[in-house]
Amino acid sequence: MSDQLIAQLVVSGLGMGFIFALIAIGLTLIYGVMEVVNFAHGEFLMIGMYASYLAYVTWGADPVVSLPFIALLMFVFGVAVYYLLIRRVLTGSMHAQIFATFGLMVFLQAAAQFFMGADYFAIQNSWLSGVITIGDVVLPMPQIAAVVGASLATLLLYALVFRTSLGRQLRAAAQDAQAASTLGINPSTMYALAWGFGSACVGVAASLLSNFYYVFPRVGAVFVLLAYVAVALGGFGSIHGALVAGLLIGLLQVAMGFFVSSELKFVPVYMLYLAVVLLRPRGLFGRM
Amino acid sequence: MLEVERLSAGYGAHQVLWDVSIRVGDNEVVALLGPNGSGKSTLMNAISRLVERFDGEIRFNGIALHELPPYRLLRVGLSHVLERHRLFPYMTVLENLQLGAGPGASRALIQRGLERAYALFPRLKERAKQLAGSLSGGEQQMCAIARGLMSEPRLLLVDEPFIGLSPHMRAEVTEAIRRINAEGVAILLIEQNVPVALAMSHRAYILREGRVVLTGPSAELAAGDKVQKAFLGRLNPAEAPAGNAA
Repeated sequence: MSDQLIAQLVVSGLGMGFIFALIAIGLTLIYGVMEVVNFAHGEFLMIGMYASYLAYVTWGADPVVSLPFIALLMFVFGVAVYYLLIRRVLTGSMHAQIFATFGLMVFLQAAAQFFMGADYFAIQNSWLSGVITIGDVVLPMPQIAAVVGASLATLLLYALVFRTSLGRQLRAAAQDAQAASTLGINPSTMYALAWGFGSACVGVAASLLSNFYYVFPRVGAVFVLLAYVAVALGGFGSIHGALVAGLLIGLLQVAMGFFVSSELKFVPVYMLYLAVVLLRPRGLFGRM
Repeated sequence: MLEVERLSAGYGAHQVLWDVSIRVGDNEVVALLGPNGSGKSTLMNAISRLVERFDGEIRFNGIALHELPPYRLLRVGLSHVLERHRLFPYMTVLENLQLGAGPGASRALIQRGLERAYALFPRLKERAKQLAGSLSGGEQQMCAIARGLMSEPRLLLVDEPFIGLSPHMRAEVTEAIRRINAEGVAILLIEQNVPVALAMSHRAYILREGRVVLTGPSAELAAGDKVQKAFLGRLNPAEAPAGNAA
């Protein structure tokens, strides 16, 4: 097989992989800081994609232009979800927390269907559509953009979490909220920020995805299930783990889809998941 | 400096402290003594707002602590080294120390704090880049005390700093606490070992079943057998001059 084909497969696999990874990092960030699983995470992606689409058809704002605004919008949305919903169920039982985010998922899906209908929408002819030709290798632009954009976003998040004072405070609250509070850190503010940053990650993923994927009320389910797998594979709460597992999933499914059959493309992903869960239940990487 | 007046506190429906009054003066080292389960840690945690207050007042240099959330205490000059050090295990020693200075601390404050910490416990400097979870028990306790000092508190609460330490480490930590006090920091200390605690402190309070049963200058308490009696419950709380600090 030709180099061209391999290059295309790798780019396409990494493109999807980085999208999965970014969604998974958002999920694992929220879980890592406060041990709450956001079952509405896929719907956050859906909202980001609708926002990207609407910005395009309403104002003609290309996804490249609207990306930072969508990240900001989703940050605010995540913080609002924390203060309006999550904070109120934190002291309740674990069931209350599960049903709160599960209920949010159902609500957001129904709301999307109510306002936007069940139709599929796609952004046509964005700046990043089409292909780029390097020598005789033809690569799809949206996937390259996904790789570049998502890796930049991941780098930014890494810098924030591991190199800044704010990131230190976030990690402190994640590791021992009570000890953090004796050091002047308000855990609730950190939880809100985790929801904000986690949602902003999904916002970036949504914006990049809207270049090459259509949006509909249930689009979140397509991606978020794999993001959950990435989080479990990588280890709950581990940012490195979510990144590595996301990329692995992206490459695996593209390779399987190409070499065997596209109906079977998720089979090796879930087989790997089962193997890891059986042999190393805490995932590839222990902790953030 | 610190005045606790008729404090009652506990967990939900479970009351642990009953009408506890204690004082810590400027530059004082005050020991909290008492058998297991007598409420020493609960009292300390109630002062730093980690335990729910039912009644009573906690004042610190005129500030009503009982009206503040726990994360405000660092800024008014009170720092709490929790029981079992409670370092952030997946962060380096340096990161733990930096966090001790509090959110939004200036570079100058952090730099000053680090110099002081390394002067107090030189081995922390060697371990600066190591994960806190990988330190020995004694080093972790040192790191926790150093972290508690980073915000330059006026009062340091230290909960059982010697637990699980080797005799050599005990001596080092004891000496550090002396030096911290000599630098003008008041200290409220919990320690199980009565002679050690009395030797280190100016005054002491003995708690039993959530009440202060005995208080006095440590030198006097060390001399008689009152402390023993108080521990064994032969001293009736009603007879004890609770809260009337010497």
